[in-house]
Amino acid sequence: MSKTTGTKGVSRRTLLKGTASLAGLAAGSGAITGFPYVKSADAKVLRYLGTAVNEGDDISKQCLKDTGIKIEYITATTDDVTKRVMTQPNSFDVLDTEYFSLKKLVPSGNILALDAKKIKEFDNITPVFTKGMTPGGKKIGGQGTAPWKVLYLEGKDSKKFATSATEFVTLIPTVYNADTLGIRPDLIKRPINTWAELLNPEFKGKASILNIPSIGIMDAAMVVEATGKYKYADKGNMTKEEIDLTMKVMTEAKKAGQFRAFWKDFNESVNLMASGETVIQSMWSPAVTKVRSMGIPCTFQPLKEGYRSWASGFCVSKGVSGAKLDWAYEFVNWFLSGYAGAYLNRQGYYSAVLSTAKAHMEPYEWAYWMEGKPAEKDIKAPDGSLLEKAGAVRDGGSYEDRMGGVACWNAVMDENDYMVRKWNEFIAA
Amino acid sequence: MSEEVLQQASPGLIPGAGTARAAKPTRLSPSFISWLQAGPMMLVFLAFFLIPLVFVVIVSFWDYNEYQLLPAFSGRGYTDTFEGCIAQLPDLCTIGRTYVMTLKLCFMVWAITLFIGFWVAYFLAFHVKSKTWQMGLSLLCTIPFWTSNVIRMIAWIPLLGRNGLVNSGLIKTGLINHPVEWLLFSEFSVVLALVHLFTFFMVVPIFNSMIRIDKSLIEAAYDAGATGFQTLVNVIIPLAKPGIVIGSIFVITIVMGDFITIGVMGGQQIAAAGKIIETRVNALQFPAAAANAVILLVITFLIITMMSRIVDIKKEL
Repeated sequence: MSKTTGTKGVSRRTLLKGTASLAGLAAGSGAITGFPYVKSADAKVLRYLGTAVNEGDDISKQCLKDTGIKIEYITATTDDVTKRVMTQPNSFDVLDTEYFSLKKLVPSGNILALDAKKIKEFDNITPVFTKGMTPGGKKIGGQGTAPWKVLYLEGKDSKKFATSATEFVTLIPTVYNADTLGIRPDLIKRPINTWAELLNPEFKGKASILNIPSIGIMDAAMVVEATGKYKYADKGNMTKEEIDLTMKVMTEAKKAGQFRAFWKDFNESVNLMASGETVIQSMWSPAVTKVRSMGIPCTFQPLKEGYRSWASGFCVSKGVSGAKLDWAYEFVNWFLSGYAGAYLNRQGYYSAVLSTAKAHMEPYEWAYWMEGKPAEKDIKAPDGSLLEKAGAVRDGGSYEDRMGGVACWNAVMDENDYMVRKWNEFIAA
Repeated sequence: MSEEVLQQASPGLIPGAGTARAAKPTRLSPSFISWLQAGPMMLVFLAFFLIPLVFVVIVSFWDYNEYQLLPAFSGRGYTDTFEGCIAQLPDLCTIGRTYVMTLKLCFMVWAITLFIGFWVAYFLAFHVKSKTWQMGLSLLCTIPFWTSNVIRMIAWIPLLGRNGLVNSGLIKTGLINHPVEWLLFSEFSVVLALVHLFTFFMVVPIFNSMIRIDKSLIEAAYDAGATGFQTLVNVIIPLAKPGIVIGSIFVITIVMGDFITIGVMGGQQIAAAGKIIETRVNALQFPAAAANAVILLVITFLIITMMSRIVDIKKEL
């Protein structure tokens, strides 16, 4: 018995030795084959960290075709993108993130501002970002982290936002939209025109909000203002008392069973709405389109108090320099040159440089998406699937009307820590 | 634990090793060999469990701001967590309510998985005679693990939702007039999903204990005139105890820390210890998240200690 164990032991040792040397060989040969690969890697590769909004396969394919830059997407949720920038700033090259994250990202020193002079279309970027007004001259609500408040830095390595235009841009704008409530007109059967309806007991157990505390609380603040209970100085930057007041309203609604569920993910919001679990909820424009494309009536309802807007843009990791930085500029310039803008517009988002996107869209598409006119022909998604039949009009109308109606922007509050604690209290209530 | 097992095992090896040593004087000492054998596991344990855990504890005492950790001693993570716990008495504070809810879910899931798991294991161990069938049926139990949480939630909606299969079926049979709302996004759906997922963790250890019960003991009980129930209570359950405790530890530790299933099936409106940590991490408040993780660890550890008081697992194994 012990003898057999002995021989087995020997054979096991030999086996171990064998595998070890094999592993060594593999590692060695790996290093050998690895070298020439790195040397010959002239392919321009950029690691692109962002949420799924801008990360279309069509965009990366077209980019490779036009510029030779290969985009490797790293997709994460908004929260995880921020986390990654904080904890692993060298794990990406180009960052696609929202303006409200800048209050956290810029002080961390992990991102590099881009030079406005190297952005070809910078002067053509919509005045929504630079001046806080629509091209038609309508003033846009600036509550919360409005992009023009955080667009410029005082210097190249500054951690302070400049109050007037400088050449150091925190995020080169790419995409933005005005969000509102999605509703099921077939189940509600009456007109909805105010945010107050979100907490109307009529929709008990059929309402939903986004499960992101900083955004959820702003939706609630819209409701509070709509009911005339309180008027905030800045819904995106509440005082502790204002947070308490807003959370109290939310808690009462939750205890009364107003909310069916909170959603976090695009598909969750689509499913809640499509299945009739909810009839009124905060939503994203393409999600409404998706519900509609399933043959279920859904409206992205304009409300008299206005929209809650968000915007995102590009910057680079602090670790990017030299040739890679040039590619990053080349990529950003390409992104603003029209193809990507048209692609985003066709999904119901808005592109930062309107003129170039217009050149890449059919006149009837532009009229439908941007001018709020009835569709002359069937409206198709970028993938060719039918979105709207001829004659349809976009919810909320034209770019001017929608962006001009923005009341506040997604934000991170100064009292964020307190707000998060209150959010946990709200969930436990 | 593995170390102890090895040390217990090594005396048995010594005679063989001793003769080998007589032949080859340069051979390593047996205790060194057993250290060597236990070493890799210890290193893995150290590198991937103990050291990270120490970091979590350290970070839980750090301070933080909006965008970074401040490595200065601060009890803020803890004081914030227990905020209002004394001031709000007799009402429970946030953390108190959260743990009451977590423990409640945990207890319900534990009780149900134990009941179902015990009988499934009993069936597999005593009623299924063929090894192949035992294997095949055990594999069937793993089916809940084949899909992701998000897909599962989307799949529950057509079944349990307001206009789902169950509700429309009940309405058609005339049992109810209005759809039942508590089927989905409720404590019921959370418990259902957790039971669906984790009963398997009960089945396996209990089955493993049961399969090792000497069949002649059951025959002896029968011969001695015990009824089926008496055999179950006095023979099978005591002998299956290690499996029951191990299964319980699996289920309790997983449910205590769960936030995904509770979040998805509870419509994100049900409090859970894990969810507090998630919200904190998402807001980049790592020290506060770490403090909550330490609290969760301590409470889970207390529960496990209490359970291992009931059965000495080391002895039973």
